[in-house]
Amino acid sequence: MPLTSQDPRVLPQLPNAATSEAPRPRHGASAATTRLAPLLRRLLANTLPPLIAVALLGLIWQLLTGAPGSGMPSPVQIWSEAHDLIVDPFFNHGSQDIGLGLRVLVSLQRVAIGFGLAAIVGVLLGTLIGQSVWAMRGLDPIFQVLRTVPPLAWLPLALAAFRDANPSAIFVIFITAIWPVIINTAVGIRNIPQDYRNVAAVLRLNSIEFFWRIMVPSAAPYIFTGLRIGIGLSWLAIVAAEMLTGGVGIGFFIWDAWNSSRLPDIIVALLYIGVVGFLLDRLVALIGRLATRGTAA
Amino acid sequence: MSGEFLRIEGVGKTYVSGGKTSHVLADIDLAIDAGEYISIIGHSGCGKSTLLNIIGGLTRATTGAVILDHSEVNSPGPDRAIVFQNHSLLPWLTAYENVRLAVDKVSGGTRSRAERHDWTLHNLELVHMAHARDKRPAEVSGGMKQRIGIARALAMEPKVLLLDEPFGALDALTRAHLQDQVMQIHMKLRNTVIMITHDVDEAVLLSDRIVMMTNGPAAQIGQLLTVPLARPRNRLEAASDPIYLNCREAVLRFLYERHRYVEAA
Ligand SMILES: Nc1ncnc2c1ncn2[C@@H]1O[C@H](COP(=O)(O)OP(=O)(O)OP(=O)(O)O)[C@@H](O)[C@H]1O
Ligand SMILES: [Mg+2]
Repeated sequence: MPLTSQDPRVLPQLPNAATSEAPRPRHGASAATTRLAPLLRRLLANTLPPLIAVALLGLIWQLLTGAPGSGMPSPVQIWSEAHDLIVDPFFNHGSQDIGLGLRVLVSLQRVAIGFGLAAIVGVLLGTLIGQSVWAMRGLDPIFQVLRTVPPLAWLPLALAAFRDANPSAIFVIFITAIWPVIINTAVGIRNIPQDYRNVAAVLRLNSIEFFWRIMVPSAAPYIFTGLRIGIGLSWLAIVAAEMLTGGVGIGFFIWDAWNSSRLPDIIVALLYIGVVGFLLDRLVALIGRLATRGTAA
Repeated sequence: MSGEFLRIEGVGKTYVSGGKTSHVLADIDLAIDAGEYISIIGHSGCGKSTLLNIIGGLTRATTGAVILDHSEVNSPGPDRAIVFQNHSLLPWLTAYENVRLAVDKVSGGTRSRAERHDWTLHNLELVHMAHARDKRPAEVSGGMKQRIGIARALAMEPKVLLLDEPFGALDALTRAHLQDQVMQIHMKLRNTVIMITHDVDEAVLLSDRIVMMTNGPAAQIGQLLTVPLARPRNRLEAASDPIYLNCREAVLRFLYERHRYVEAA
């Protein structure tokens, strides 16, 4: 059975989400130091290498694409043609002429609804399935097949069912994000140590108490690993879905820019998407870290 | 009343897994008085934890029955609090919350909020852990974890306290310290205790009676030894007491002469 894997992180094969480390608390990692010098040194040590790397890559990029007649825009060209998009994310000049920050917010709103539903339904389903060997055996192969369906493959079905672009996009998010949540929650529930079950048995906890006092906290690291993979997938899916469904999201912006040959705009939008995806991942990881404080025995 | 409080009658345990049956325990008979301190000693794998878990109700006996205070044990419950071999504290709760969970569950109907708070603190103080009440298990030492586990068990006011190698993973000094504390608590509360141990000195120093188990498979009670040392006991004085030395020798003789550990068993 594939689900007996001890490491839930390996489930969906997504490079950026799958390699993220499990949300484990780090005790005493921030020993308060009163001196400023080491703090400053550490700050520099953490920020300088990425800055240098970005500068070097930018330079190489400029050298490769700077010549006239190059098919790709160079950094200098992007700045000169699209700097309004870069400097002001929140301008609003009417329906389709708005800043990328506003577009990202629209996309994020869809992700919030779709992913929020996926989180709630996924945790509940995962809890049910994790408790029953038979449910696990019966449903696991189905989930393993469904989770490999690419997000956009659901879109036609969703459009047929909802007859509207916005709920369809949300549904695509939901159906993309829910599998890792279900699978990881179920594994987390299965892996509740017998010790905790014994404690619950001696105390005669009823099933509601068992759910809140033992199951949720014990499975929390697994649940958050699932949520973190899910939010990564959601963000991948929303961009693709919006390219097809239209509206004012960041995905449609890219499609629109392509149709009017504004390559510099596309590159700026890609940066936005990357940064927001990174922040989302970090946000869920942070919440996970706060919520699972102390779960490591 | 002799042996009317807790009776273990013809208890046997057979595991069947994958078509293979293994007889772990056979025909265990034991009668325990209220307030007695019993130790179970025997070689690793002979079935001590299995017996304790049967008394605790976590494992069902294949044959026989356990009768506590005139009613048969057939499920786990707070009247038989267990301190597990590996402490089993919930790592996401603080020391206080771990004990409080048990207090809320066991005396939620009989004590007010304030009384439950006081009772939780009282039990932490019994094991001298009140100062670390807001620490999580990961933030305290092994001995402190074990003490919190004992506080949690005591807080349930169990009829029988079941200790599965409670000091097994501790260094000698901490172990001695905790043994003294458990002796004090036993003197004070007069509760019935069944403790599994590998340590001969621990068994003799703490117990009223020592249950020595034969090697498995189908382990039985090989010998029952009464330790007639007066209480309160002091480890330094006891160490040179002839009664202590005799008991110690009897246990050692049982373990290392008559029932030497057989690797293949
Ligand atoms: N669920 C089980 N299925 C099959 N055999 C089991 C099971 N649980 C325990 N046993 C067997 O029962 C025997 C006794 O186990 P038990 O844990 O009671 O030993 P123990 O005396 O507590 O050992 P130790 O001192 O090492 O803790 C062992 O041989 C073990 O392999
Ligand atoms: Mg054992």
